[in-house]
Amino acid sequence: MPGAIYAEGLVKNFGDVRALDGVDLDVPEGTVLGLLGPNGAGKTTTVRVLTTLLRPDQGKAFVAGVDVLEHPNEVRRRIGLSGQFAAVDEYLTGRENLQMVGQLYQLKAKDARRRADELLERFNLAEAADRTAKTYSGGMRRRLDLAAALVVSPPVMFMDEPTTGLDPRNRQALWEVIQELVAGGTTLLLTTQYLEEADHLADDICVVDHGRVIARGTSDQLKAQTGGERVEVVVRERDHIGTAEELLRAHAVDGGEVTVEQHTRRLTVPVTGGAKLLAEVIRDLDGRGIEIDDIGLRRPTLDDVFISLTGHAAEEETSNGDDEDGGTGEKSEKKAGAAAKAGKK
Amino acid sequence: MTTTTTKEPAQGAPVAPSGRGGISQSVNDSLIVARRNLIRMMRIPEIVIFGLIQPIMFVVLFSYVFGGSISVPGQGLSAEGYREFLMAGIFAQTVTFATAGAGAGIAEDMHKGLIDRFRSLPMSRGAVLTGRTLADAVQTALTLVVLAVVAVLVGWRAHEGFPKMLAGFGLLLLLGYAFTWIGALIGLTVRTPEAATSGGLIWLFPLTFVSVAFVPSENMPNFLATIAQWNPFSATVQAARELFGNLPPGYVAPDAWPMQNPVLASVLYSLLIIVVFRTLAVRKYRRAAA
Repeated sequence: MPGAIYAEGLVKNFGDVRALDGVDLDVPEGTVLGLLGPNGAGKTTTVRVLTTLLRPDQGKAFVAGVDVLEHPNEVRRRIGLSGQFAAVDEYLTGRENLQMVGQLYQLKAKDARRRADELLERFNLAEAADRTAKTYSGGMRRRLDLAAALVVSPPVMFMDEPTTGLDPRNRQALWEVIQELVAGGTTLLLTTQYLEEADHLADDICVVDHGRVIARGTSDQLKAQTGGERVEVVVRERDHIGTAEELLRAHAVDGGEVTVEQHTRRLTVPVTGGAKLLAEVIRDLDGRGIEIDDIGLRRPTLDDVFISLTGHAAEEETSNGDDEDGGTGEKSEKKAGAAAKAGKK
Repeated sequence: MTTTTTKEPAQGAPVAPSGRGGISQSVNDSLIVARRNLIRMMRIPEIVIFGLIQPIMFVVLFSYVFGGSISVPGQGLSAEGYREFLMAGIFAQTVTFATAGAGAGIAEDMHKGLIDRFRSLPMSRGAVLTGRTLADAVQTALTLVVLAVVAVLVGWRAHEGFPKMLAGFGLLLLLGYAFTWIGALIGLTVRTPEAATSGGLIWLFPLTFVSVAFVPSENMPNFLATIAQWNPFSATVQAARELFGNLPPGYVAPDAWPMQNPVLASVLYSLLIIVVFRTLAVRKYRRAAA
């Protein structure tokens, strides 16, 4: 039985640009899928297809068991969408926004009003309920947008970059709301550019690029593939770069190289051992009298995961054996890249 | 509603009922959206106020600047006669300017992602656009009332009685409503409010000037006169003039069918514009990809 969100071979072209190039998804009921990828990878297009906003050129999609292409209006009754642009009417109050959405979900005016009050309370917007959304902060708008997506408590939710542009405190607050929601059994598809966010919220992650899923797995699996953490040091004196490089090499993981950027005086070395090792590095540098401007333990970023994964992508796609269509030129290139990287593993 | 002891956030939340579908849902959804747009208009009074200042200026300027100098003796138009003759033209031009407002509003909704929100809801497909055009019609009606008052102050009168005057304004309102559907299509096509405003206005100038709105077509070169007489905009101007009793004494209408039957022509043209542009705009809306 297909999951709460199921897509097979989604293809969408915009003119010459192939936005989706055979996307397959299967999200079990009650789980969270993080769709991870850079701008223009096809994340938003995927969401737009699944939420009936865009018809794909090819492929099938089912949401909450309903065929997206055959019965879009039935799908709309079962989904909530929260977009990256916080789609609320800024000249309406928070309450008016939610009431309007409720009524357009075909709730009776009375029910829509009661539900709006509940949501305003729950999203900590009760005090601002009768102010126009124009006066809201970015975080408040996002919460209102999210509340609008939850008016009928849909079994399946889509969130397109819910925290892009939010400050860390608001991001944290929104994460808590999302986690609470998921605890209630909602199936969620969430797109993000932040590995940390996917890490925090998603059960499974799909990494997309150029309109295809190039890797899937849990965040731990993906990070293991990416190759762990590194220590980054910025030394104060240019003269100390040589000594520092030597010292860091001793802490590198097997086969790890120290990367040096001369002009920024930044040295990076792949390590294992986390905070304990970081303390050792600091002691060593101090012992040699090397002054540092900055030091830190860096976990894999989306860039790291992404650079690493594009190299492995062709391999995975071949083993999945589910990509019927096209893109062969690019694929052989990726294969070559994968082969070159294979030695490192 | 079931009572429950669990703390799941989903509990107690309503489930979207299946839509009633059909006309009743369509009307209901349209009214909800219209209400939203009217609330917006009340909260951005600048738009309504500036929307009024321009036509008021037109009434006053045309009446005193041109009205005093232009007379069309061949048509039996004195200066005062011209002032009366002109007013229906200004009313009609004003209602067509609603096109730009509708276009800009819808382009802004596209731009801000609200159209995406609406399109992801189980609502009637045409309701977002219908709601917008209905709200614009309310604004147009308000504008017409204010304009009529100003026009009376500068000496304009309707001579054919109250029912006919209402009918005249009804036709003007219908024309304005029809034109907001053109604006809706423009707004969905251009996607930025600025482009929708200028895109909604530029073509209105030739349309409203190559017409019988400001000068009688008989004074134009032949081919322009023909265009002016068949121009849908002219039909409404002519119809309003007839219903207001603002045609000069001894006036003989041009031979073109819309000029001979302006009331019928006005209704038919407006309905035709609504049908054509509503169809195109709703189709565009369904496929909109912001």
